[in-house]
Amino acid sequence: MSASLELSLPAAAVAAQAPSRSYWLVVWRQLRHDPMALAAGLVLLIIIGAAVFAPWLAPADPFKASMIKRLLPIGSPGFLLGTDELGRDMLSRLMHGGRLSLLMGVVPVLAAFGIGTAIGLFAGYVGGKVNMVIMRVLDVFYAFPSVLLAVAISGALGPGMSNSLLALTLVFVPQVVRVAESVTTQVRQLDYIEAARMSGASAFSIIRVHVLGNVLGPVFVYATGLLSVSMILASGLSFLGLGVKPPEPEWGLMLNTLRSAIYVNPWIAALPGALIFITSIAFNLLADSVRSAMDIRR
Amino acid sequence: MTTPLVSLQDLSVQFCGNRKASALNEVNIELAAGEVLGLLGESGSGKSVTLRTLLRLHPERTTKIRGRMLVDGQDVLALKGRALELYRGGTVSMVFQEPGLAFDPVYTVGQQITEAIRAHESVTEQAARARALLMLERVQIPQAKRRFDAYPHELSGGMRQRAMIALALACQPKLLLADEPTTALDATVQIQILLLLRELQRETGMSVIFVTHDIGAAVEVADRIAVMYAGRIVEQGPVGQLVRAPRHPYTAGLLAATVGTENRGQPLMAVPGSPPDLAALPPGCSFAPRCKHADEACRSRVPPLLSSAGQAVACWHPLMPLAEAA
Amino acid sequence: MNTSSYSQAPVQDRGGPAQPLLIVRNLKKHFAVRGQALEKTRKYVHAVDGVSFSVPKGKTLGIVGESGCGKSTTARLIARLMPADSGSMVFDGEGVDEFGGIRLKEFRRNLQMVFQDSFASLNPRLTIAETIAYGPCVHGMPKAAAMQQAHALLARVGLEPAQFASRYPHELSGGQRQRVNIARALAFDPRLVILDEAVAALDKSVQAQVLNLLQELKAERQLTYLFISHDLHVVHYISDYVMVMYLGQVVETGPVERIYGQAAHPYTRALLSAVPSMDPERRTQASPLAGDPPNPINPPGGCRFRDRCPHADPVCASHAPILLGLPGEPAHQAACHLNDPASGHPAALSEVQS
Repeated sequence: MSASLELSLPAAAVAAQAPSRSYWLVVWRQLRHDPMALAAGLVLLIIIGAAVFAPWLAPADPFKASMIKRLLPIGSPGFLLGTDELGRDMLSRLMHGGRLSLLMGVVPVLAAFGIGTAIGLFAGYVGGKVNMVIMRVLDVFYAFPSVLLAVAISGALGPGMSNSLLALTLVFVPQVVRVAESVTTQVRQLDYIEAARMSGASAFSIIRVHVLGNVLGPVFVYATGLLSVSMILASGLSFLGLGVKPPEPEWGLMLNTLRSAIYVNPWIAALPGALIFITSIAFNLLADSVRSAMDIRR
Repeated sequence: MTTPLVSLQDLSVQFCGNRKASALNEVNIELAAGEVLGLLGESGSGKSVTLRTLLRLHPERTTKIRGRMLVDGQDVLALKGRALELYRGGTVSMVFQEPGLAFDPVYTVGQQITEAIRAHESVTEQAARARALLMLERVQIPQAKRRFDAYPHELSGGMRQRAMIALALACQPKLLLADEPTTALDATVQIQILLLLRELQRETGMSVIFVTHDIGAAVEVADRIAVMYAGRIVEQGPVGQLVRAPRHPYTAGLLAATVGTENRGQPLMAVPGSPPDLAALPPGCSFAPRCKHADEACRSRVPPLLSSAGQAVACWHPLMPLAEAA
Repeated sequence: MNTSSYSQAPVQDRGGPAQPLLIVRNLKKHFAVRGQALEKTRKYVHAVDGVSFSVPKGKTLGIVGESGCGKSTTARLIARLMPADSGSMVFDGEGVDEFGGIRLKEFRRNLQMVFQDSFASLNPRLTIAETIAYGPCVHGMPKAAAMQQAHALLARVGLEPAQFASRYPHELSGGQRQRVNIARALAFDPRLVILDEAVAALDKSVQAQVLNLLQELKAERQLTYLFISHDLHVVHYISDYVMVMYLGQVVETGPVERIYGQAAHPYTRALLSAVPSMDPERRTQASPLAGDPPNPINPPGGCRFRDRCPHADPVCASHAPILLGLPGEPAHQAACHLNDPASGHPAALSEVQS
């Protein structure tokens, strides 16, 4: 049905507007009028803010255990969100845990975004046999489900935070490459690339000016969607004992250690999971909004 | 006078998605049974929207339709459920510009026509297949038996368009809507399809609304032409009159801009400017900003579509007054 | 235009007025078709199969034909956007990319192209002034000078720079975008401009504006056009010479009045009579050709048009006709046995006289 809408709205429709200054300004304006984006952004802002400022904001020491105050229910005096199986303040642990969980969510995606875009651009622009070799090698990674792959790499490297960051990065690189490669291949065939070639520009200049700008957008949006996956995978690794080690607070790890308390105080046990869920949903919604806001040309 | 087969009364269509746009503004069309109307216009003129509205193909949530649509005595806007299904493809059917996109790639052409017949009539598989084959033969597809079992991608562009016409006519519709059916085709194929449409129309006596941006194609098939601009009909009349003596400056501009033998070596009489923004139509005549005859009246008031003796024009300063026609 | 005085050398006429600006000889391009793995013989699309022609200085050569006839591939081969299998080009008397000839980079600067899809040929992330300035910048023009030149070019193609320069392609209409594409092509002061279906996607009223602009620019800058189109009306209007292609080969070429007045090849005649008439009293009664243009994969030997030709004869299957000048009009050439008394086609001579 969008076809009919397009027919009725010739590009001249926008001609009446004032000349726009920056592409990102237009995207920002779109996002500002999108209630979903605003809500998701606000939730993320609160969660990230709480995590970043946890040392100053947290009401208690996240490591201070107390045998008599174990598994206090939500709303207990002094413990707004109750306590965990060792009597540590849940709210403080959740806030501190967010630091590691978000880090584990963001760093691998950022790394994979950089590495994957570079490989994908190269493969897509060069094309031909080089492209085929690169893509087939990456297809090997695709043969495994990403959870299994993350667990396998992480297991091989040994437990620890830096190793699980590395494992997650390796899991995401092929996915980013694939998106970057396919977008590059599409862009490369467009007439404006041919027009640039007609002007005698070097391949480097064409990639920098004409390809990169048009590939980064879609890849960026895809990567935003990976943030939530990365967080969940990281939590999963910690849950399995492959990521962060106790007593360090981390949402996945907390979910693991609170497992035993599920019959005693299920609400407490569900809290880290709920946070993982809310954060990844917020990331996803924001990514969706950014995707549609960036599509201003249609 | 007998009641017309199609009657659009003050039909307005507004899209209210991300941006509001008035795609159709109080369009009035009457079409007698067996008549071929050419709907002529450029992109954004509302010609395709008119066809889609006739089939109720627009998403209801984001489309506001006002006015009345009567086809074969039925109030199209009131149709629901099964009645609407029977109406689409049964009473009215459509031929699209890109036959490659209108066919489902995973079924053979024959299967799809058979399926369409069985969706509208309770006939046996056998009978439906026989009729589908007959339809392929009627649209002059050579070796129709072999092509019956061909997948759409195995047919050439012209053959696909013929198969599309066979599909559209399989249920003997009273009205055929053709949306730029020859635009995507090569010149030597285009003329074959135009001749085929003309012939089938004569044989079946159906009415046709033929949407095109190419005056030449419209002249080949239509009895009457309606020229659309910015969601309004600006001129209407029998083909001969419209081509020889256009009344609306826009029609005249279109005709002058059609390059031919006569104007070689001279600058073309181009209509300046570009079509208006449908989200912000000017208060008066939407053609006024591009019209060299425009004055205050044109810029402030929308000219009504006045008709007389089968001809109509919506212009404050027509190139030739209506009365002279009779 | 006083802004173009940068490192770029001014347009120089080397070969003199009689030297054609571009001579193309025996251009060939076959694409391999990906077939089934078990098939022994590889199939080839004969996209361009031995095309030769020349474009006189300051004239417009129109190339017409149906889809699959190789007209767009020819344009891309000339622009060196894809490598040719064989063939050579002479630009103003100098061999292109040959020893002692014109270098590829310089050749490219002398030749620019305007594409059909006005949207796809503009980078959506650059403002239109940036798009126009990009090429000259690549060739070392300072950014400020390139932008100034871009503004001047925008003004020349009828887009008010103050209003349009900082807009993005999606904010323009199709006609306006095509003007930008023309301005970009002009930024190099080219001598030859290839217009590949440049007005095909535009509305009629806008098409006329762009055609007028092209005619003005041609006179003003002594441009030579290679105008590729399927629209016979437009080609008739704008061309001085016309070349008709069918399945990768030239079937007829000559001055525009000859082609439109006394077409010698049956295909050209069919093409011309397939144009819808503008007169409701004289509608087309019969289609000049049956069927679709055939697939250019492994075309038949002999004359490629013979399957659809009303005059086909056994000799058409056994011998491929070559382009021959017509009696009394050597510039008008057709590749058809009917026009060659020595071909052995039974109708050959009588057909020429009629």
